Amino acid sequence: MTDTPALKPGQTEVWITGIGLATSLGEGLDANWAALSEKRINVDEKGFAPYIVHPLMPVSFDSQIPKKGDQRQMEAWQRIGTYAAGLALDSAGIKGNKDILSKIDMVVAAGGGERDINVDSGILTAEAKGANAPGFLNERLMSDLRPTLFLAQLSNLLAGNIAIVHGLGGTSRTFMGEEVAGADAARIALARIASGESDIALVGGSYNGERKDLLVLYEFGDFNLKDKFAPVWARKDHPGFALGSAGAFLVLESKAHAEARGAKPFAKLSSVVADLAKRKQPGDMTATLEKLWAKLPRREGKGAIITGATGAEPATSDERDFLKNHADFPVRSTGTVFGHAMETQFPLGIALAALSISRGALFPPNDSTGTEIEMQGAPTQIVVVGAGHWRGEGMALVEAV
Amino acid sequence: MTAPRDKLGRPVVVVTGMGIMTSLGAGKSDNWAKLVAGESGIRTITRFPIDGLKTTMAGTVDFVSADPFSSTALSERMAELVTQEALEQAGIGAKADFPGPLFLAVAPVEVEWPQRRELGRAVGQQDITYDDLLRISGGGKFSAYHHRFMFGSVAAYLAETFGTKGSPISLSTACASGATSIQLGVEAIRRGETDAALCVATDGTVNPEALVRFSLLSALSTQNDPPQAASRPFSKNRDGFVMAEGAGALVLESYEAATARGAKILGVIAGCGELTDSFHRTRSSPDGKPIIGCMNKTLADAGMTPDQIDHINAHGTATPENDKMEFNTTSAVFGELAQKIPVTSNKSMVGHTISAAGAVEAIFSLLTLEHQRIPPTINYDNPDPTILFDVVGNKARDARVTAVMSNSFGFGGQNASLILTREPA
Repeated sequence: MTDTPALKPGQTEVWITGIGLATSLGEGLDANWAALSEKRINVDEKGFAPYIVHPLMPVSFDSQIPKKGDQRQMEAWQRIGTYAAGLALDSAGIKGNKDILSKIDMVVAAGGGERDINVDSGILTAEAKGANAPGFLNERLMSDLRPTLFLAQLSNLLAGNIAIVHGLGGTSRTFMGEEVAGADAARIALARIASGESDIALVGGSYNGERKDLLVLYEFGDFNLKDKFAPVWARKDHPGFALGSAGAFLVLESKAHAEARGAKPFAKLSSVVADLAKRKQPGDMTATLEKLWAKLPRREGKGAIITGATGAEPATSDERDFLKNHADFPVRSTGTVFGHAMETQFPLGIALAALSISRGALFPPNDSTGTEIEMQGAPTQIVVVGAGHWRGEGMALVEAV
Repeated sequence: MTAPRDKLGRPVVVVTGMGIMTSLGAGKSDNWAKLVAGESGIRTITRFPIDGLKTTMAGTVDFVSADPFSSTALSERMAELVTQEALEQAGIGAKADFPGPLFLAVAPVEVEWPQRRELGRAVGQQDITYDDLLRISGGGKFSAYHHRFMFGSVAAYLAETFGTKGSPISLSTACASGATSIQLGVEAIRRGETDAALCVATDGTVNPEALVRFSLLSALSTQNDPPQAASRPFSKNRDGFVMAEGAGALVLESYEAATARGAKILGVIAGCGELTDSFHRTRSSPDGKPIIGCMNKTLADAGMTPDQIDHINAHGTATPENDKMEFNTTSAVFGELAQKIPVTSNKSMVGHTISAAGAVEAIFSLLTLEHQRIPPTINYDNPDPTILFDVVGNKARDARVTAVMSNSFGFGGQNASLILTREPA
């Protein structure tokens, strides 16, 4: 009903003409592709022990965010995203192209809320030591919070920073809501371009997985992977996700707009669908994934699945049941390799699908359980799956042009 | 009979249900009565201690309870109540079976201080680090806080309660969020994806840290006494906005679907426009071009010219910069008409409902069209001589109103405008 299951008459084809990646494996397409091909994984088992995270491979932010003043106005999640967005614009060949950037539409999937953990722990410590005047919290917040921290906490300020640093002047929408926000961002951007409401859009998200305040939030639900790293599919008895730092942005563009400027596509984004399973009973999510699968256009080519399965339970077991029904599709888990980047995981999946199609090969499996199998030959259709650790399911079909 | 499609051949999008809550009260009748009477909902804050704060008043919604209390829980409860009101009026679908998607404007969600303090106490020692908090957070004792403080939690609750279809979207475009939720609904109907959409905007974030954050950016009025006189849009002595809570819900439908089921049409969303300002994180481009472009895009989207707009429901936050910028940009778009079209700012009475403001003010604009009466901008005793709007000052004004432009501008360069009309063009 609100999906874009397939192109309708009069709708235009939508191409992926730019990809920007900054992840725990590196920056840019070549570095990420090389690491994937060599089955490299970058995990930090010590810095946040017993929790495991996939830290961002250090990048030189100056190259995409030249003004130090801009960098200072952001926290890490925004710097990662603004950086990756710049790479996507470069990749599409539109960086600095004022005509296009002045009208490009942005749909960003974002969290936010980055804390100053020193301020928080200072206040809690003082209170534990007896500070209990009624205005104590107010006074400490007034004196200790950096005024600009607020701007690093607002979800829509990732988009705001991208607009400022890269000079974007079209529309700007920020979707929140964990994993499925990334699918919804792609879904709405695709629908707007396919229907002619928009010609070109920048879509994506970014995540700083190296945050103790976020570890606390997920620890409430016992979702963090602890002690020992294992591939997503090998976590059944030791479930959880390892947060991963990542920025992933895509330039989506109508075929006509891309052709008019001579842009080459990595792949086309044929469909994005999403839903909210009730997840009351085991199997509810599996049924929703099957429903979404059925909504995608028919797949007759050489297919594969790239999933953002988290490793959290029971969602991962439900998803595994879904994958068993489609065992002829080789599967790759982005969670194993990149960690879990929440809102960014789905755009990352689309990016890797488009990259795999454009490079004529699916990257190799990275799994000890046999869930991921080798794929011979070039994939022409890749289904991207994103089932949230707690709620929300999305699916996309990326195809060769 | 009116055509079901607009000048651009798209389905006409109408409003068939509205629900609203502000610091003035719950529901359309109560809000409208107090709004046209010029009452203020701004009061000295009693929810938490105000010692040490520069700003001590806000437009809180204290007559709704949420237990256990958090800003997110209050936002959710308000959203639920306004949605019920809107659905009752629209009479659409069946109970818990709304025939379309949900677009929810909601403030970014965070773990809040009461919960953080509870964790601190659970640590049970005097020096507390995040490692200590992490050590005691797991094991299921605080699992409810995971569920509460997911960004998607409010939308998921509404989607389940009202049976909206598909993946509900939670969005934030700062102070333009409410307008964006409506815009997303309009677009979905125009694309033919759905016949109906539920657009909800809610904000219950008057808490100490939120207040401090805006305070540190010098965005808030500090004219604390008397609180009801603090919000002074377009006045010479305006000194910032007043934080407020509230929620608005609109049932949007295609004109065709609404008339087919015999629904009463409350108004038309004739045009939506949006344009990003890449100048600064909190300030508008000095030349006003993005706002001018936003208003022009909205007029073009509605297929209308400036002379067809006979009322402007201003963003009118009462910050020194916003109100001046709004007059200058409106003048650039409307020319001399900018001084003749009656302008009002609801924020003078209900304060700035932030994420909810775009929807709250769209509903007030639709009520203005219904009653042919423009609510006043109160506290307008000392007009800013450089803002030459025809401000509907202090007393409501009866007027012939056929088309209202409602503006929302937010941090992060977010600009969105809506044009609302009584009848399809």
